[in-house]
Amino acid sequence: MSTFLLLLIIGTFLCLYRVAMGPTPPDRAVGIDTIGVMIVGICGIFGIMTGQDFYLNVAIAWALLSFIGTLALAKYLEGRGFDE
Amino acid sequence: MNNPVAVYILISIGVVFDLVGALGLIRLPDVYNRLQAATKCVTLGTCLILVGVVVASGWNAMGIKALLAAVFVLWTSPTGSHALARGAHIAGVPLWAGSVVDKYKEDTGR
Amino acid sequence: METLKRRLLDMSIIFVLWLLLTWSLDVQSVVAGAILAVLFALVLSGLLPARVTRLFSPVRWFWALMHLISLAFWIVLANFDVLYRVLHPNLPIRPGIVRVKTTLKSDEAKAFLANSITLTPGTLTIDIIDDWLYVHWINVHENLEDTEAITRDIAGRFEVTLRRVFD
Repeated sequence: MSTFLLLLIIGTFLCLYRVAMGPTPPDRAVGIDTIGVMIVGICGIFGIMTGQDFYLNVAIAWALLSFIGTLALAKYLEGRGFDE
Repeated sequence: MNNPVAVYILISIGVVFDLVGALGLIRLPDVYNRLQAATKCVTLGTCLILVGVVVASGWNAMGIKALLAAVFVLWTSPTGSHALARGAHIAGVPLWAGSVVDKYKEDTGR
Repeated sequence: METLKRRLLDMSIIFVLWLLLTWSLDVQSVVAGAILAVLFALVLSGLLPARVTRLFSPVRWFWALMHLISLAFWIVLANFDVLYRVLHPNLPIRPGIVRVKTTLKSDEAKAFLANSITLTPGTLTIDIIDDWLYVHWINVHENLEDTEAITRDIAGRFEVTLRRVFD
């Protein structure tokens, strides 16, 4: 189980690379969205490792909040020009 | 944990697809292609991990919550990704230089 | 009468969701869930689309199940497609945004079609304007102007089932 956890954390860091280096703002937004979904998986693995079900509450809340955050980022991108 | 072999198989396939999604996010050339890789692979990967949680815990509080989380992810992830794609196109991010056609720009002019 | 029915439907959906999330049949949590369901159904009037009561028919549920099965098949295929394209050293992609004309009428059907297209091999819906879907395709056809062939390739596989579920 902890191997899977380590691999998922590596994946999260790969996404974080895109957030840090992404040439345009939408690239960063895509990275943030992907990290949000991956953390739901990390919460599921934590749930199996510890046998506590509140990690799944965290997963559900994280999924919904990351969706709302993505929609807010998309609206923000629509509302402005692109000059960077 | 019930049925550990099935759980390990499900979770390892899920983790592999998550990693492929993250790798695609790095390798592919523009926002739209990255969104494709990230959405498809990370959605299926996370859903498989959560199905693994359902198999591991059976029908109790944890299993039901994992199932609900999987349904939420399957529903919201494509919606969020096409909101992001539309936002990126309206913000004026160009397609990759090797792209063939852009009907959306021809038709709407933005 | 119709609005009352829809309110009751909203209320029961919220209540069932609450029961699933708490997963206990204590008197306290059930009563709290009932009160919250009534409150939220009053505040969020119109949580569901207006024609949702049409979905109470076994035939539609059967086609929804068929749609889910075909969707699962295409999602798995899409993942292996991405796996091949990402791990191939030369990145074999030929992206572009194409236009697809859908024959589905209702808004819910179009929304589900857009989500299904996003999860299937190599396609990502960008926008819906009236009957036209704008789809980013990672590997575009040779003949760009043949809208019918493109529509058949991208949307045709889901329109059959979705039309029977929603229209």
